[in-house]
Amino acid sequence: MLGETESVREPYLDYNEWFQGEDPARIQRKAGQAEAFFRKTGITFNVYGTDEADERLIPFDVVPRVISAREWRKLSRGIEQRVSALNAFLHDIYHRQEILRAGRVPFELIANNEAFLPQMVGVDPPGDIYTHIVGTDIVRTGPDEFFVLEDNARTPSGVSYMLENRETMLQMFPELFSRIPIQQVSNYPTNLRRSLGACAPTKCEGKPVVAVLTPGIHNSAYFEHSFLADQMGAELVEGHDLRVVDGRIAMRTTQGYTAIDVLYRRVDDEYLDPLNFNPDSMLGVPGIMDVFRSGGITIANAPGTGIADDKALYSYMPEIVEFYTGEKPLLNNVETFRCSDPQQLQYVLDNLAALVVKEVHGSGGYGMLVGPAASKAEVEEFRKKLIERPTNYIAQPTLALSTVPIFTEKGLAPRHVDLRPFVLMSPDRIDITAGGLTRVAMSEGSLVVNSSQGGGTKDTWVLEE
Amino acid sequence: MLGKTAGGLFWMFRYLERSENNARLLDAGFRIALTRSASASEEWKSVLKTAGSVTDYEALHGTYESKKVIDFLLRDLANPSSVISIMKAARDNARLVRTALTREVWEATNEGWITLKELLDQPVPEKDLPDALSIIRKQNALVRGATHGTMLRNDGFHFTQLGTFMERADNTARILDVKYYLLLPSIAKIGSSLDNVQWETILRSVSAQRAYRWLNGDQISPANIAEFLILHRQMPRSLAYCAQQVDESLGFLQEEYGVEHESCRLANMVHQKLKTGQIGEIFEEGLHEYIEGFLFNNSSLGAQIERDYRFQG
Repeated sequence: MLGETESVREPYLDYNEWFQGEDPARIQRKAGQAEAFFRKTGITFNVYGTDEADERLIPFDVVPRVISAREWRKLSRGIEQRVSALNAFLHDIYHRQEILRAGRVPFELIANNEAFLPQMVGVDPPGDIYTHIVGTDIVRTGPDEFFVLEDNARTPSGVSYMLENRETMLQMFPELFSRIPIQQVSNYPTNLRRSLGACAPTKCEGKPVVAVLTPGIHNSAYFEHSFLADQMGAELVEGHDLRVVDGRIAMRTTQGYTAIDVLYRRVDDEYLDPLNFNPDSMLGVPGIMDVFRSGGITIANAPGTGIADDKALYSYMPEIVEFYTGEKPLLNNVETFRCSDPQQLQYVLDNLAALVVKEVHGSGGYGMLVGPAASKAEVEEFRKKLIERPTNYIAQPTLALSTVPIFTEKGLAPRHVDLRPFVLMSPDRIDITAGGLTRVAMSEGSLVVNSSQGGGTKDTWVLEE
Repeated sequence: MLGKTAGGLFWMFRYLERSENNARLLDAGFRIALTRSASASEEWKSVLKTAGSVTDYEALHGTYESKKVIDFLLRDLANPSSVISIMKAARDNARLVRTALTREVWEATNEGWITLKELLDQPVPEKDLPDALSIIRKQNALVRGATHGTMLRNDGFHFTQLGTFMERADNTARILDVKYYLLLPSIAKIGSSLDNVQWETILRSVSAQRAYRWLNGDQISPANIAEFLILHRQMPRSLAYCAQQVDESLGFLQEEYGVEHESCRLANMVHQKLKTGQIGEIFEEGLHEYIEGFLFNNSSLGAQIERDYRFQG
């Protein structure tokens, strides 16, 4: 909230004025109510390998993160550019592979990548959209300075928290919303429905039928799956509700089988179709890839999009953006060392204690080393892993991240955050909801914001112009 | 609507109804145990029998002590019919069909589950039992209220009704079946009134002492009680009332979907039979045989609904 001169940053002025007039005990009470509210509405995530009693709440902080309209404009232009480039890259990589021929991205990076699906080569998804829903992870390092951490073009989660965080703030502090002009986020489900509908396949007759595919009630993100289906007015289906009928994917209803046009799947590629991928999968639909290839169904996001947010590919994003848009990237990439390169590996090994090392295919904050926060033993353990399998890792310097305040028993205290704005892409437009999910490290000095690692969330406000 | 969703709604409401019925049964049994310690053990056995849990109970416990029975019926996770097990099943189904529920119905169910989980975290001492049972009934009433107040009267709503009334009919029939020997008008008992405490348990377990008195005054006879619980069409827990609700809901689905199903025909038959039934004829046929027949038809109807509306596949 504080700028470099220790004065309150401009976007926070209105909030700060309100906050100074409030009794901290009242805010403390409200924070307690927020927890009850989340529990009552069932906004929990399941922790794998534990009993159902361990449906956990993600810690929620009552102090919003505020972004000015100007900052947001800049940010969303950058995101739009990046997402367009990603989509163009995916089309290229599954068709003519111009970028490889031009030598801008090394051939091996694609050829040896598990996230690349040969089954998608030459396939044209409806409307040429691969990345229907993207959640770009961003950090701010200074005024107007943003870095992209990850692109999350597979199945980004967390949008339900963005919506429920706002809902909770509206319930707890309604007066704030009449005082401060804040852009709305509640149009996301309508936009999602519209955007998915606009990608209907050629075989769709009449109004597109949309369904959300979930692995089931034991999945950690089940709450989000049912929430999204509910908000869109779409059916929430599991693999065993679906089968191929007359060349279409159809769901078993009380009146027989009905065709689905667009399937927003929250099931990974490898579980999607036991006939084409993992034969043991019970989560998918046998034959769905054949229906997809013949234009019988839209799958969002398209199979094979994972190649676009592979961490090894991340370091090539500036080239990718330039190659497909002809413009300089508006958002920064974090400097990334590829451990597959012997010289860069040497640099990483020499500076391990100062770097963040990530697994190429890892996610959720697992399998990473945060050098500055790690013990000597942890650093040495990682050194061995790096030498053993260098191609499995990348490394990045820690950024001088800006902080935002959270509410603690002792008053406001600064914590590190990141931001995941949600992007919807259809053949005719790109929608970015004003705001996104702000994840916050709950302990002092920590850089880890993942919910699976104890991170929390807060409401994100983009101010009106 | 997905077949899975229809099935989830049906079972969610069956379980909710069952947990409430078990709380009512427990209430009745506890009252007897308090007032008549001599017959308490028999009474607890009949409560467990009605809940279909005698075998499970005896596998764990030797004697019918109040404390053990109460714990077994309320909070034993090893007992699939305990209130806590049933509420968990109801909430799992609610999660499954979240998209077919209004926010209020979902929240009432989820809050009910959270409340009961806390309430039943420790054994409930006898002095707190009446309060605990009343909380269980109240949580169910909240879900029912939210359902009636906020849900669209579409096919989904009618699947919730089918679950509720199929379960309720089953429960009332079971109570009658377990108590039928009390209601058999044997030669010796003709003209004599029933044991005060025993008829009270029957009526208490369906929360209908007042209604019965209002209708029948002090005329407590086996025929009157049986008629009240089987044929009385204004009594919301009678077989006739439940059959009428089931018939109506299946009738709605038939009209809405434009398909005539076997379940609809079966339900209509059961309803008509109860509508025109006479208590004298029922006793002539044999009360036990009559109830057995009803239970059999009710369970075949449940299976038929499941097939007709593709709950499973």
